Amino acid sequence: MAAVDIPAKHDLAHGHDDHDHDHDHRQSFIRKYIFSEDHKIIAKQYLFTGLFWAVVGVSMSLIFRLQLGFPKMNMDFLKPILGGWIEEGKLNPEFYLALVTMHGTIMVFFVLTAGLSGTFSNFLIPLQVGARDMASGFMNMLSYWFFFLSSVLMFTSLFIETGPAAGGWVIYPPLSALPQAMLGSGLGMTLWLVSMALFIISQLLGGVNYVTTVINLRTPGMSFSRLPLTIWSFFFTAVIGLLSFPVLFSAALLLIFDRTFGTSFYLSDIYIAGEALPQNGGSPLLFQHLFWFLGHPEVYIVLLPALGITSEIIATNSRKPIFGYRAMIGSMMAITVLSFLVWAHHMFVSGLNPFLGSIFMFLTLIIAVPSAVKAFNYITTLWREILYSRRPCCSQ
Amino acid sequence: MTNIILGVGIVLILIILVMIFRVQSLISIVRGAPRSRETTSNKVNAALWVVLLVLGSVAIIWSSWVAAEYFLPDASSEHGPKTDDLFWITMGITGAVFFATHILLFYFPYKYQFRENRKASFYPDNNRLEVIWTVVPAIVLTLLVLSGWKVWRDITSDAPEQAMEVELVGKQFNWLVRYPGVKQAELGKKKAELGNFNYRLIDASNEVGIDLTDENSFDDFMPREVHLVKGKPVLLKIRGRDVLHSVFLPQFRVKMDAVPGMPTKFWFTPTHTTKEMREQLGNPNFNFELACTEVCGRGHFSMRNLVIVETQEEFDAWAAKQQSWLATHRDYLSKVPANLQQKALQIIGPGEGDNAPASDSTAAPAPDAAAVAPATNPIKMVSNSSK
Ligand SMILES: [Cu+2]
Ligand SMILES: [Cu+2]
Repeated sequence: MAAVDIPAKHDLAHGHDDHDHDHDHRQSFIRKYIFSEDHKIIAKQYLFTGLFWAVVGVSMSLIFRLQLGFPKMNMDFLKPILGGWIEEGKLNPEFYLALVTMHGTIMVFFVLTAGLSGTFSNFLIPLQVGARDMASGFMNMLSYWFFFLSSVLMFTSLFIETGPAAGGWVIYPPLSALPQAMLGSGLGMTLWLVSMALFIISQLLGGVNYVTTVINLRTPGMSFSRLPLTIWSFFFTAVIGLLSFPVLFSAALLLIFDRTFGTSFYLSDIYIAGEALPQNGGSPLLFQHLFWFLGHPEVYIVLLPALGITSEIIATNSRKPIFGYRAMIGSMMAITVLSFLVWAHHMFVSGLNPFLGSIFMFLTLIIAVPSAVKAFNYITTLWREILYSRRPCCSQ
Repeated sequence: MTNIILGVGIVLILIILVMIFRVQSLISIVRGAPRSRETTSNKVNAALWVVLLVLGSVAIIWSSWVAAEYFLPDASSEHGPKTDDLFWITMGITGAVFFATHILLFYFPYKYQFRENRKASFYPDNNRLEVIWTVVPAIVLTLLVLSGWKVWRDITSDAPEQAMEVELVGKQFNWLVRYPGVKQAELGKKKAELGNFNYRLIDASNEVGIDLTDENSFDDFMPREVHLVKGKPVLLKIRGRDVLHSVFLPQFRVKMDAVPGMPTKFWFTPTHTTKEMREQLGNPNFNFELACTEVCGRGHFSMRNLVIVETQEEFDAWAAKQQSWLATHRDYLSKVPANLQQKALQIIGPGEGDNAPASDSTAAPAPDAAAVAPATNPIKMVSNSSK
């Protein structure tokens, strides 16, 4: 619907910067740069939010790695930033875990999912398929602002008294379900769950847009067999996200139920803080299954865009077409399918039935085959090329 | 500190090199030299691919070398060498492919750098090549899967009949250990068994929720550390009390989660006693370790316990000294149903007030029990090796 609203003068055939005077009506600053429906602006919003999170996430990892690598080091110099979380020159153990948890969450979701797909899919899909903008500029805008809201909540959780979520980025219950189990399982965990729920909504809005745009808005002549490999990779990434993020959403929802309404989806036979809990019959393994059903495909949500971009850069700078274009698409398709069939390799020693374990071991090794094909194709592309080694953009 | 200065120095030198290089190219432009499309920039970048390859390889090898002491310790269980072999075979194959592909990936950009007189070869497709490098990795991986399957099946098979049982209960933040007692066997029971448990019975003293309506529980004892016997299979029965924990015995290559509400198990056979390991490693302070390897809260980093592997004789002597849990918590006798009171008393012996003698009285667990069987033969599973 909103594709119509977009000033049609974003003519991509000559995508120069001097198109401002073409506009029928002047957009207000807010409409143009903040609540923008323009895919390029949204891409930049994703980029800068992602970069912000990257800085936050990396600083966290520096802090906890200092503690890990030099256990005897006096960390008092961090007091100005961390205040009471430094106890006798050491990181408070729960805050250490909180840093690890937030670092994982931020890097995997906010930087490598939103920052990567959000930036490059938004920027490149319309440009490379020859569309004027995304299928729905409005949904695209919503997607960014849900991500923004989710970022605000997650950032807020860093400053509350009991600290942010601290049960690991996989937030396994019962640890994450029981506020009495650790400080971070209190308000910090609640904020984590709400923030992730908003994040998932953002990813779904974005994903629907990417898929729809690639399928419907290709310019005449841009058949699927001519689509750049970048677009193919963004397309598969969006498909994976659309199919797996809802499962994490349901896992988070059930966890919220367990935390607030006393249900026992994940809880059973627990004695904690001097009290036997009434919950019975739930299974922590259920959560692990649901979590890793997203968690493993997430690996490929991170990897595929990078592979797509690599393919394009190598081919362009080599002055020759990529070797095995169809094989490249085929291997990405195989990765997409297989990525949904390997999740339990994260659960070999979780108490999972050993027979199931052996099935997942088989599927896990098989998924290495399409990845290997891609590497060999890169090598062959590089063979006897004439390479211009330079930055992919902005060089002479 | 010197490292930091060194690092800063290296970075500065690199920056200076880049600046010199930039100045040179600017000068050449000012001089109006004929503009070649073979720019210095491209040549330098091409060479940097090889530099990166060499530096990267050196870094990988050096860091693995330095960190070797943090790799897994020597295996001390029967299945340990098997999983280690699998690991190193996989590492060898994937490592070889890793280096081969990366050498090509980095060398080609250097070798085929831009030259005025050369054109890129148009080579968009070769189905036979694609088939080869799909099928060959598939075959190699299948072989790896098959060898892995065999080992996995052996490790996860049912424990042998004569395995001794030990219960490990993970709680915030230590491991509780429970052994089936020695007295039941003396009273003619075929195999020492752990008593039932129920999490609702847990309190400050009854930390694992021993169910005293089950007569098997009367002689269960709960030592501080884990004692195992060299060469004897042991079946770990693992439970979680509050949140997820994970049993990690690095030297025995054992890892299994402790899940609240879902008991898990793992069996293995130790192959070295603690004493042997101390001699082998030349470290008189060496100890086998039981650690927690699932984030479980504030005290996770310090959640560990000792494991002592000894000979059958040493183990028997130690087990005979252990007081059963009920004997040291006589006030819980009231939880024993009336029809079993007699039996419980027979097993734990008559009390001398509320404070039963601690384990210092070696040879006198209970006079009447000692009359039934010699104290040196406490557990049925022990009887084949000691008399
Ligand atoms: Cu995975
Ligand atoms: Cu732990």
